[in-house]
Amino acid sequence: MLKSGFLATSTFRLALLYAVFFGASVMALLGLFYWSADRALDRQTSLAVDSEIQALQDRWRDAGLGGLTEAIAERASHPRLGDMLYLLATREGQAVAGNITAWPERVRRENGWLLFDIERRWKTGEIERSQARARSFQLPGGILLLVGRDNRERLTLRRLMIEALAWSLAAVVALGIGGGLLLSRRVLGRIDAVARVAEEIRSGAVSSRVSLTGSGDEFDRLADTLNRMLDEIERLVASIRSVTVNIAHDLKSPLARLRGRLEMASRADAPSGERRDAIEEAIEEADGLIATFNALLSIAEAQSGRSAAEMSELDPATLVADSADLYEPLAEERGLKLQTEAAPGARVRANRQLLFQALANLIDNALKYAPPGGEIRIWAGPGADGPELGVADSGPGIPAGERERVREPFVRLDQSRSTPGSGLGLSLVDAIARLHGAELRLEDNAPGLKARLVFPQTVGADRSPGNAARGR
Amino acid sequence: MTGGAAPDWASAPTHGIVEAHSRPPADAMRILLIEDDATTAAYVERALGECGYLVERVGDGRDGLFRATEGGYDLILLDRMLPGLDGLSVVAALRAAKVQTPVLILSALGQVDDRVKGLRAGGDDYLTKPFAFAELLARVEALLRRKSAPAQEVTRLSLGDLEMDLLRREVRRAGRLIELKPREFRLLEYLMRHAGQVVTRTMLLEGVWDYHFDPQTNVIDVHVSRLRQKIDRGFEPPLLHTVRGAGYMMRA
Repeated sequence: MLKSGFLATSTFRLALLYAVFFGASVMALLGLFYWSADRALDRQTSLAVDSEIQALQDRWRDAGLGGLTEAIAERASHPRLGDMLYLLATREGQAVAGNITAWPERVRRENGWLLFDIERRWKTGEIERSQARARSFQLPGGILLLVGRDNRERLTLRRLMIEALAWSLAAVVALGIGGGLLLSRRVLGRIDAVARVAEEIRSGAVSSRVSLTGSGDEFDRLADTLNRMLDEIERLVASIRSVTVNIAHDLKSPLARLRGRLEMASRADAPSGERRDAIEEAIEEADGLIATFNALLSIAEAQSGRSAAEMSELDPATLVADSADLYEPLAEERGLKLQTEAAPGARVRANRQLLFQALANLIDNALKYAPPGGEIRIWAGPGADGPELGVADSGPGIPAGERERVREPFVRLDQSRSTPGSGLGLSLVDAIARLHGAELRLEDNAPGLKARLVFPQTVGADRSPGNAARGR
Repeated sequence: MTGGAAPDWASAPTHGIVEAHSRPPADAMRILLIEDDATTAAYVERALGECGYLVERVGDGRDGLFRATEGGYDLILLDRMLPGLDGLSVVAALRAAKVQTPVLILSALGQVDDRVKGLRAGGDDYLTKPFAFAELLARVEALLRRKSAPAQEVTRLSLGDLEMDLLRREVRRAGRLIELKPREFRLLEYLMRHAGQVVTRTMLLEGVWDYHFDPQTNVIDVHVSRLRQKIDRGFEPPLLHTVRGAGYMMRA
């Protein structure tokens, strides 16, 4: 169904269209050329005839009718006469001298010119028909003088032009169709290659790719873009698959524990205290599962961008104050120092609830990993790259090579496997950051982790000279 | 508040499993449950019934709206996704008809925006499914309390020998002045306003800090235990009780 032939391709149609345009322009060009050449010949004829008339008049004035007759006879017999026509005739039309046998019969008049048909007889017996253009005068004494020129050249030119036109049109059409066929076959071949790859991918060969010719032409560029898109899709599919596997894996263990506990509680001989404990533990497991699903849903919601509707402008410094108010006792309980630096004045468009949840997740992480006696720093303010909100701890940090991977759901570093947590915290922070057009930057706090949420510079932010001068 | 009829929380031993107890039917509160999922409905109906509430159940939005407009209910529990007429439209229609019965929206949609939409439509509180029954009961009681004690400017709160002066920002127990930090004062005020009721951790986070999320750490417990240090230490009897698996309660 894909191979419906070259004639249906847009390339072929385009080639035909070009042929038509090209043919039209050839016609226009030749037409213009013909028109101007024709006019030039016309002018030349007029000039030649007029100057001959002048010369003959002079001769007549100087040498009378005899001289004129002689001059005409001389001209008419001249071998290089060319296309000039002369006739000196009596009033009755009888030829006296010249190279025309008799006074022309069917004559058309046009702007002082006489137009008539002539026949030229060659010595070989051939007869050549053409048209002539002439002027005539009546000399005193009733003698008629006709000086003209054969239009042979113009007719030849016209014939040549028509021939040239026919040939070039034929060539254009042939080249157009041939080129169109050739071109569309080439294009169709390249497109078929892409379609084949798409078909292969559809039928399961997901790592199939369009091969490049190496010429770097537009098809190569298209194929390269497609290949890179396919790579990205394959990577995303793989990551979705790994998330799915991770979900299944991470949920299987709590479900197994839940099942075990319920089974124990359902045993007829279980003491009521043990049964109660088992049920309680089962509920705890269920709560943990619900929390995991809630976190996944929150990530999905942040990624879908649905919450963007509930954004308002706020100063991240207020979130720092709120979070310190909420977390300070807990930090103190764990022997950690909680420091805040909130420089007011930054404005971001944010969903207050979600942004606070992101901050709380970062603080939860910091609390989890900072060693006793360590320090947690929460800050906000108009940073150099844009408004900024961040949390830093003095824990083990994240190795530089892992800082991208830990944003993916369920990814937990080996050293943190033993600590409780779902591996969704940073994913949620990352998703919330993206929702706000902000960037989550994970950096080395030497020692520890420094997590910064860097927001885009707000449009219409205070750019008064005083503010600008403060910039470092 | 109905005398000593509150469930015996201090001895309620498990998450969400509430011991049956009796409440005089004469002052039983009537609750309309609009919920299409039979399992959830049966569970809520039975558990609230065991706590002494009269629960009537309707399975779709249109009937729910009809019954709710007839009136006579103290509280409406409303599922958000219903056949016939969805939950948000039911609340909006009720409020448009000037029915002021408190509405607690139950929803599987738990995201920030869903909550905002639910409250904006006229709901009084919002609870995400699946929920612990203790959380539901605490919120039901808070709403019923709010209804029976209409909002009036309170300047003093007291429980046993604990007194709070909201104007002078002073707290005294047995006549002794107790120094509280501003957030401890707000926390105590919230607990005192809900004295005799279970207050869950998420209710505290919402009511005192105005944030709605599930804290993954025991961040709220630390606040409560600090407050307890100040108001209960060295005094008898303890006023701030932990209700296992549910939350906290101020009780003399």
